[in-house]
Amino acid sequence: MTGWIEHLPIVPVVLPLVAGAGMLLIDERRRGLKAALNLGAIIALAGVGLALLGLVANVPSSQTAAQVEVYRLGDWPVPFGIVLVVDRLAALMVVLTSVLALTSVVFSLARWHRAGAHFHSLFQFLLMGLNGAFLTGDLFNLFVFFELLLAASYGLMLHGSGTARVQAGLHYIAINLAASLLFLIGVSLLYAVTGTLNMADLATRIPLVPASDRMLLETGAAILGVAFLVKAGMWPLSFWLPSAYSVAAPPVAAIFAILSKVGVYVVLRLSLLLFSEEGPSVAPFGQEWLLFGGMATIAFGAIGVLAAQDTARLAGFAVLISSGTVLTAIGTGQPGVTASALFYLISSTLAISAFFLLVELIERGRGPGADILAVTLEAFGEEDEEELEAVEEVGIATPATLAVLGLSFIGCALVLAGLPPLSGFIAKFALLTALLNTPGPGTEAAVAPASWALLALLIVSGLATLIAMTRAGMRVFWAPLERAIPQVRLVELTPVVALLIACAGLTVQAEPLLQYTQKTAQTVHNPHDYIRGVLSGAAEEQSVPRGDGS
Amino acid sequence: MEIILALGIGVLAGSGVWLLLRPRTFQVIIGLTLLSYAVNLFILAMGRLRTGAPAILAAGRSGEPAHYADPLPQALILTAIVISFATTALFLVVLLAARGLTGTDHVDGAERES
Repeated sequence: MTGWIEHLPIVPVVLPLVAGAGMLLIDERRRGLKAALNLGAIIALAGVGLALLGLVANVPSSQTAAQVEVYRLGDWPVPFGIVLVVDRLAALMVVLTSVLALTSVVFSLARWHRAGAHFHSLFQFLLMGLNGAFLTGDLFNLFVFFELLLAASYGLMLHGSGTARVQAGLHYIAINLAASLLFLIGVSLLYAVTGTLNMADLATRIPLVPASDRMLLETGAAILGVAFLVKAGMWPLSFWLPSAYSVAAPPVAAIFAILSKVGVYVVLRLSLLLFSEEGPSVAPFGQEWLLFGGMATIAFGAIGVLAAQDTARLAGFAVLISSGTVLTAIGTGQPGVTASALFYLISSTLAISAFFLLVELIERGRGPGADILAVTLEAFGEEDEEELEAVEEVGIATPATLAVLGLSFIGCALVLAGLPPLSGFIAKFALLTALLNTPGPGTEAAVAPASWALLALLIVSGLATLIAMTRAGMRVFWAPLERAIPQVRLVELTPVVALLIACAGLTVQAEPLLQYTQKTAQTVHNPHDYIRGVLSGAAEEQSVPRGDGS
Repeated sequence: MEIILALGIGVLAGSGVWLLLRPRTFQVIIGLTLLSYAVNLFILAMGRLRTGAPAILAAGRSGEPAHYADPLPQALILTAIVISFATTALFLVVLLAARGLTGTDHVDGAERES
């Protein structure tokens, strides 16, 4: 491995940084240029993500160990320096992020990127934080990337301004700042007990922690877990989520769909990495919390979608159902369930993102958001010629627009509720099958009661989503046409349709993808390869001085 | 010294949490600031308390770790201070914007009817 391939893992962090910082230097009025740069950077990012995916997925058959790419920043030896680690899970999340980013930005080009300052720069910084959080192998570095993505998300949350956004943004920022402080407490407790911040190193040292310090260690891990679960939106910590997501600008909400998955990702990664190594004093702990907390989240989300009065709020509660499902699946602690949950995560995130975009299109022209937008557009978007260009709208006042919107709405509903033929069905089906087929390692009993409860909850939550979506759809599409048909531009419709086509693609390509997620789940559940991959770099470093000029 | 530090962290964190739960935005921001002070002190304490021990290798002294304070928590605190400073500044702006838009400094944007 030589040359630029070796530096590939750092690109998802550096590229958005350079692109975002570069765009700050460009005059705010040259939006076309900024948009082009932003899109270009995201497409490049998607390419890099796919390359990384290819790098870790193509394991030579001679080699049984999972492929883990380790990038040492500054070439410091491993437990001391910061490492970026690319494994299957991280690569998958990076690719998913870039897909969502691409569609969100394309959607924003119609008008949302004119609703406030520095949209494109903030967007790139958000991507930098997201990618960094997925790739980093260092706990404190994770904190830094978390803060980075949160700082960018605060800016994006307020994008477009208006009372509702500022109000929800205030709550969002306060809660996330408090959660960040919990994160710091957890990190410092873990450091105090183990004396390291490198995740792989932590995993090897945690079994050696004496029983007297065990309590402190678990306290630290639990506090850390609470910090992540706030972001993931687990039930008692999630009341901020629907209101924040539903008032955020639609392209922002669409990318925020992955934001709650960062918390889920970290919980998945850390809980299995830190507490999987066999040792005298190590037992996995906190799984019941994830299991029952996740179930409570699903129940809360299901009640929420039924109770939601407006469609954006409905989407916010759909985020909760999705988070809760994945958290519960992690809580079962079975690789098979985790594999299906990863598939579910991809499909539901795509669908929720599409739904957030769609909501704005179908709700366009009514509600108080529209006039606030008009005001901010007036304040920021000085050139009106773009509005004049908008004559090439697809079918103004023709039923075709409504037909496409309606079909997209049905598509979203199918994926979110988990009905055939789209990917939501496969995801739920895989999840249910995995729950029924693997009664847990070591237990001979049939299916645990918790699994039955989860099974019922999954089906009930699907039903609740279906009812809520049907009701919302009837209100929007079957209502007498007293209001104008929403004027929708092609550039806004394309991302929604593209995301749904991606969901359809997931259905067709379900088998290879499920195989991929199964291997991913196995590597995540047996992190020996990960640990060895990261730490072997250190041994190699001490024995063989490397001669490249990096 | 331990008891003083522990008391300091406790008082800061306690008042921070109390202020965080108050209904005025300004109280919330002061609460968050106090909490971040408490957390910074806590990180310092997690690196074990030492007096008179430098964190940087001095010229002519051996690299024996026992002579030195743990430099890592100090680096972490520095990072945490920078980040919390920046986010507090941002929060302050949002606070002012919320005050301007809603005309009240209540966190919910409206006074409770009572």
